[in-house]
Amino acid sequence: MKAIIAENLSKKYQEVQAIENVSIDVNFGEIFGLIGPDGAGKTTIIRILTTLILADSGNANVNTFDVVKDYQKIRKSVGYMPGKFSLYEDLTVEENVKLFASIFNSKFEENYNLIKTIYSQIEPFKNRLAGQLSGGMKQKLALSCALIHKPKILFLDEPTTGVDAVSRKEFWEMLIDLKNQGLAILVSTPYMDEASLCDRVGLIQHGKIMQIDTPTKIVQDFKHSIFGIESNKVYTILELLRTYQNTYSCYAFGDKIHYIDKRNKFDIMDIQNFLKGNKVENFIILDNVKPTIEDCFMDLMRHQ
Amino acid sequence: MSNNFAIKTIDLTKKFGNFTACDNLTFEVHKGEIFGFLGANGAGKTTAMKMLSGLLSPTSGTAKIADYDIYKESEKIKKNIGYMSQKFSLYDDLTIQENINFFAGIYGLSNKLIKEKSEVVINELDLKKQQNKLVGSLPLGWKQKLAFSIAIFHNPAIVFLDEPTGGVDPVTRRQFWDLIYQSAERGLTVFLTTHYMDESEYCNRIAIMANGKLAAIGTPKELKESNSSSSMNDVFIQIARGKNYV
Repeated sequence: MKAIIAENLSKKYQEVQAIENVSIDVNFGEIFGLIGPDGAGKTTIIRILTTLILADSGNANVNTFDVVKDYQKIRKSVGYMPGKFSLYEDLTVEENVKLFASIFNSKFEENYNLIKTIYSQIEPFKNRLAGQLSGGMKQKLALSCALIHKPKILFLDEPTTGVDAVSRKEFWEMLIDLKNQGLAILVSTPYMDEASLCDRVGLIQHGKIMQIDTPTKIVQDFKHSIFGIESNKVYTILELLRTYQNTYSCYAFGDKIHYIDKRNKFDIMDIQNFLKGNKVENFIILDNVKPTIEDCFMDLMRHQ
Repeated sequence: MSNNFAIKTIDLTKKFGNFTACDNLTFEVHKGEIFGFLGANGAGKTTAMKMLSGLLSPTSGTAKIADYDIYKESEKIKKNIGYMSQKFSLYDDLTIQENINFFAGIYGLSNKLIKEKSEVVINELDLKKQQNKLVGSLPLGWKQKLAFSIAIFHNPAIVFLDEPTGGVDPVTRRQFWDLIYQSAERGLTVFLTTHYMDESEYCNRIAIMANGKLAAIGTPKELKESNSSSSMNDVFIQIARGKNYV
């Protein structure tokens, strides 16, 4: 039994095609990541699956229920954390969690164990108004509220956007813990580096899923060889390589440039000579640089 | 004296009641440098940025921003810096040209100069066709590039970028960085915050704040070496948790 099955979902907002023929499936005990920039269609997919909006065409089942006919049943069995902080800022931490528990006819005390590891981190501030929490704490409260009615499937819309790297790491540790308890998690993110924390990902751009697979497989399938160029003149080298006839692509990646050549076989000296001919001296070229999900995403964008 | 520095602070401190948001910050930013300012949420980055941009008066310590004194010359500081934040930058319900006119007007540029320069900027950004479109209708990546160009339209000495690249695709994000590099090469000092740790590697130097203090400062290479880490992400996670105070 699948937690989520979506088949050929399409949705238009006036003239804008938000998503087009999107098909994904998510298993219980799995984290599925929708990875893509703002405007790619991630929120639209999540809103259709949480029964908040209707697709123009296509079908979807969540927890075996149809998103149109059985929307009320779906709402009882899923937890949803929207991209925008949507709790009551003028209620305290504890009041928010209790409110969400009672909306779903469940008791905070009964399901406390479910959220204990997450909620205990904000419990010292349980009498603080939600509006006065830091970004990382708001995020933990929102996750607690999304979990308090014991959902089987969790939808998280960009839960880590704007959150610092430390809080992001902690948040992902919580998600992996929830997954291990059997929950299905559909999470969207614009941070490509978070892909490796998902079991499977869908890379999405302009409303279309470009590729779905495990992060390892996506990286393995990358068909180009990447050369890394290290230098203290990164921008100068980038500008030069953009004018070089054999450049397929060149982009800054952290502390190096990822360079891909148009040719299948070539001598690395060619690039060295080209750069030296343009008066760049201090650089190191490394071969066999491992591609990242971001390399794959950018290459898929070229073919879209 | 501080001719080579765009920013120079000594023991810069800001207290709110008993809470010390910025605790004795001492650092320099060189002219033309791309300087990354990192820290966990709540570490004190925003307070520091507000002081450096002349919006908030320090409790103690000294600072010179673009050669102006942070206490006595905050109005001059404001005129000589640019500021762009992801949260607020442009008016969605004004056109591209109207946004330029509005912000350049605030900085007191003449209509003639605004007209000449906006033509250059709009051409550089390849927005000629969209010139009279509402900014709200532009894709996020274009908005960000436009917001940056408007933030430096009045030719400031320093530009402050507060998480400028959130939410865009990886190619667009790098196009934005091209603008940063180009401007730095022309002598602009760029002071920026980001949550993308790979972007911090593109900075000439980085400062990391933790609990109101300056926990580390150096080139990305130096910080990685001194923390025996292979990536800035690891460095950040080690330092932002509060170890290794300098």
